[in-house]
Amino acid sequence: MSLDKIGIAKRIAQEVQDGTYINLGIGIPTLVANFIPDNINVVLQSENGLLGIGPFPEEEEVDADLINAGKQTVTTMAGSSLFSSAESFAMIRGGHVDLTILGAMEVSENGDIANWKIPGKMVKGMGGAMDLVASAENIIVAMQHCSRSGDSKLLKECTLPITGIRCVKKIVTDLAVMDVLPEGGFKLIERAPGVSVEEIEAATEGKLIIEGEIPEMQID
Amino acid sequence: MINKVVNNAEEAIADIPDNATLMLGGFGLCGIPENCISALVKKGVTGLTCISNNAGVDDFGIGLMLQTRQVKKMISSYVGENAEFERQLLSGELEVDLIPQGTLAERIRAGGAGIPAFFTPAGYGTEVAEGKEVREFDGKHYLLESWLRADFALVKAWKGDKAGNLVFKGTARNFNPMMATAGKITIAEVEELVEVGELDPNQIHTSGIFVQRIFEGKNYEKRIEQRTTKIK
Repeated sequence: MSLDKIGIAKRIAQEVQDGTYINLGIGIPTLVANFIPDNINVVLQSENGLLGIGPFPEEEEVDADLINAGKQTVTTMAGSSLFSSAESFAMIRGGHVDLTILGAMEVSENGDIANWKIPGKMVKGMGGAMDLVASAENIIVAMQHCSRSGDSKLLKECTLPITGIRCVKKIVTDLAVMDVLPEGGFKLIERAPGVSVEEIEAATEGKLIIEGEIPEMQID
Repeated sequence: MINKVVNNAEEAIADIPDNATLMLGGFGLCGIPENCISALVKKGVTGLTCISNNAGVDDFGIGLMLQTRQVKKMISSYVGENAEFERQLLSGELEVDLIPQGTLAERIRAGGAGIPAFFTPAGYGTEVAEGKEVREFDGKHYLLESWLRADFALVKAWKGDKAGNLVFKGTARNFNPMMATAGKITIAEVEELVEVGELDPNQIHTSGIFVQRIFEGKNYEKRIEQRTTKIK
């Protein structure tokens, strides 16, 4: 059984370490916050100028002046701080944010990521993604292994305009967990429950490295 | 004290000419200069170059100025919430320069701070790097990016005093403080305009030196793009 979005978010939450500052992208990455265990203390950074994102507000607490990068209304938590966009990206480019979790349309076997543009089709802009991927020490990508038409999104080389080069460290998809090796290649770490190594190989266009028994993900 | 108070948005923007370069504060619809945008639409200036992180939505924010075809060029990082924008762009009616968000913020900051250029890692190896100088520092590659400045910067703050000192609220701060420094003329609209001395100098986010005109705005709509509440 391949994982749904919640499953991917739950598996990524296991990667989150205590005492870290984290930037979560829009989509599946935002869901990760829901599954971080209570004994792990982290602080979430929002690129529009908030460190310490709290839960979504109660109806009567909704404040138009307090949103996250996805333009959703949020709250602050005890110990939060607010700042300008310039200071926010000083945190990001300056290497003060420990972990970035974001979505992707394609990742290449050397860690290039494409997630901002489909020529002639989608013209939305890169937002903060290029600054994040150019600077973060640790980048985890949450994505579907294949497109809706069944084409692999884990490629030898990205076909779409890239967002950043040689930056992705780990990928969690609906089928597998993989590390991107510094010398290139997707090293298979875990399989989704009930998914075979052969299925993952078939769904991966880029170089897949398989060493020994590949365990199943443990997700409750 | 230098008194910077004008009566309203119409008076504040009266001398903005066709083909001016404007900066407009805000992230999404949060912290945008609503009153100034309405006044620009009413005045009907055209050929504008607008530097703003986003382009509003179809019927609010900068989207209102796109509907009336007042914008010639947008300089932004993310414009995905606006169908009219996408239509004008794909049909060639509108020029657009898409810039990584941190680079946009820093280029504006640099413009206001008298720094003509700086190196940043964002966009290295991508199409953003085309035509730009690349230099290596400590084994990592960086792009040379230049400052941005504007004829007029239109910013929105929560509170301000008659000397132009500004205090922002929540995430409505975003691009407003840097833009305030980078406009030849900076116009600040505030929700509450107070007498000098009423704001605590320790709590000022933008010093009055950067603001040339200030007024108390009215009828703030503060539209929310994604009203999201706790799941019961």
